[in-house]
Amino acid sequence: MTSSPTAAKAALYVRDLHKHYADVHAVDGLDLSVAPGECFGLLGPNGAGKTTTIEICEGLLAPDSGDVELLGLRWDRDENELRQRLGIQLQETELAAKLTVEETVRLFRSFYSRGRTVDDVISLVQLDEKRDARLGKLSGGQKQRVALACAIVGDPDLLFLDEPTTGLDPQSRRQLWDLITEFKARGRTIMLTTHYMDEAEILCDRVAIVDHGKVIALGTPQELIGSLGAEHVVDFAIAGDGAALGENTLRAIEGVRAVRHSGVGYELQVGELHRTLPALLSLLAQRKVELSQLTTHSATLEDVFVSLTGRQLRDE
Amino acid sequence: MSEKVSENTASGLDANSLWQLITVRFKEYTREPEALFWSFGFPILLAIGLGIAFRSKPADIVHVAVTNNGPRAAAIVDALKRDKGLGVELLSTDSAEAALRTGRVALIATPDTANGVTYQFDDTRPDARNARLLANDAIQRGAGRNDVLQVSERHISERGSRYIDFVVPGLLGMTIMGGGIWGLGYTIVDQRRKNLLKRLVATPMSRAHYLLSYVVSRLVLLAIEAGVLVGFSTLFFGVPIRGSVITIAAIIIISALSFGGLGLLIASRSKTIEGVSGLMNLSMLPMWVLSGVFFSSENFPAVVQPFIKALPLTATNDALRATMLRGVGFAGLWSELAILLAWMIICFGIALKIFRWR
Repeated sequence: MTSSPTAAKAALYVRDLHKHYADVHAVDGLDLSVAPGECFGLLGPNGAGKTTTIEICEGLLAPDSGDVELLGLRWDRDENELRQRLGIQLQETELAAKLTVEETVRLFRSFYSRGRTVDDVISLVQLDEKRDARLGKLSGGQKQRVALACAIVGDPDLLFLDEPTTGLDPQSRRQLWDLITEFKARGRTIMLTTHYMDEAEILCDRVAIVDHGKVIALGTPQELIGSLGAEHVVDFAIAGDGAALGENTLRAIEGVRAVRHSGVGYELQVGELHRTLPALLSLLAQRKVELSQLTTHSATLEDVFVSLTGRQLRDE
Repeated sequence: MSEKVSENTASGLDANSLWQLITVRFKEYTREPEALFWSFGFPILLAIGLGIAFRSKPADIVHVAVTNNGPRAAAIVDALKRDKGLGVELLSTDSAEAALRTGRVALIATPDTANGVTYQFDDTRPDARNARLLANDAIQRGAGRNDVLQVSERHISERGSRYIDFVVPGLLGMTIMGGGIWGLGYTIVDQRRKNLLKRLVATPMSRAHYLLSYVVSRLVLLAIEAGVLVGFSTLFFGVPIRGSVITIAAIIIISALSFGGLGLLIASRSKTIEGVSGLMNLSMLPMWVLSGVFFSSENFPAVVQPFIKALPLTATNDALRATMLRGVGFAGLWSELAILLAWMIICFGIALKIFRWR
């Protein structure tokens, strides 16, 4: 599952993709290969080229150069068949506010020659009670579920989701994750973009971390986090002048794999928290340095991104 | 979660995307109360307003004063009273002059000591000159003048030549233009702005069905709008429909398609409502002014007439007036219809070439 499939059996195969806009190289030689039945995530900060990449795959943008093959089909030859077999959710679509859930789903169903029933899809996205409500009256999470319903009503073989939970509250996000997981369980292929590391970790079999239009890391979430060689991250800030602590001093502490100085604080990537933390505290006590803040968390894809680029995923 | 999938093929109208697109268009439209008002209420209110403002009134009474000096004043008053178009008052010289100054009377007739009469009036005022003619006529007859020629009068107030008759076809033309340009221009750009157009294009939806759904829904709505406006005007103002209903319907359909093409062209690239509103106003405003909606386009200089004649709204208005008011059939309308067809073909042609689907 994690090995890269070849073009012949890949559900989605992208090679050496390039796309220029006036002054940005949005996609800069990007390669991808997604196996059938896989849920694949493009993870990266805003402006990394995720949406441009997914819209080229969706046949909504033409690349400057590069190959794209989906389900063994190509946009220039097989557009009609591809449109029937793909499900697409765009990043920002305002569906007609005056139409009800049922009317909207029925409209989208009418475009496909085969697919699920309208009733089926509405209950799949858990909107049975809202089927006669106008979209203008729905919450953000409910609207996003209608958008998902429209994307899967044609029973697609390959589903594209561009930032499916951006802007939603935690509960709505979790609800959408459940729906996507269910769809995945039916053996269909999903490609999604996100700038939420937790989303990628929960939903994706494999993740490509994208920055400046290139894939800078590829693997399962566990592989990527494992590549840090550190399972924990310690964040701390010290009161007053931090000059007393050099990065080299910190790196010398037992179990510290990497050190990053950010603003007033430090970030340590750590293998074994129970050994490093006491050592850090005694070092600080010895130097008479006072802590103003201390937190720890298990390493995430966010930390992978930080260690690869030196920037946060959600730098706005 | 039920797994009734795949080979489900929805049947009938539910599965017909053209039908779905059309019904959705109607639902969106009828759920927008403002839109309903602008297409049905507004033309009727305008027709009512103009019908009242320009209604045919009986001729005004002309007021005349007679000064009460001398015995002949009473005889003159009698003579003047015989003309129903005159209002006569017997006043003292002072009050008569005051009444003249304030315009309450248009003329003062003063009996002379001899056998004559003096008329006192402002000869720069048309109504005063009119009063002098009427008063003099009545007084001379009263004094025994016999007319040399026998004359008779026939009064006309013919349906078809009143202002309301002129303006109703113009309002109908304006409604067709507004419906075509707003109905397509605004709605399509709104969908493009909301990324909805892009979303639809990402499905297997037929683009021809998408455009056709607009054409069909516009034509149906227009049939209702035109029916309401014409029916109302005929019923309440007696505006004539002299040509055949088929001719009128054909003109309406052809012009609706021309304006639909123009609306599509206007909407073909814009991504913002502001952008498309500017283009819509730019195209509609000259036609409101020039194309003879409220007053005849013949009022503009001869040099610009060929340009005005080539505008689609001028062609629509001219054709509608010709057939509604004068009963002209297709044979007499070929130049207007040719202009409309040319607009239709050119606009649709360019619009489909440059249309931005994303």
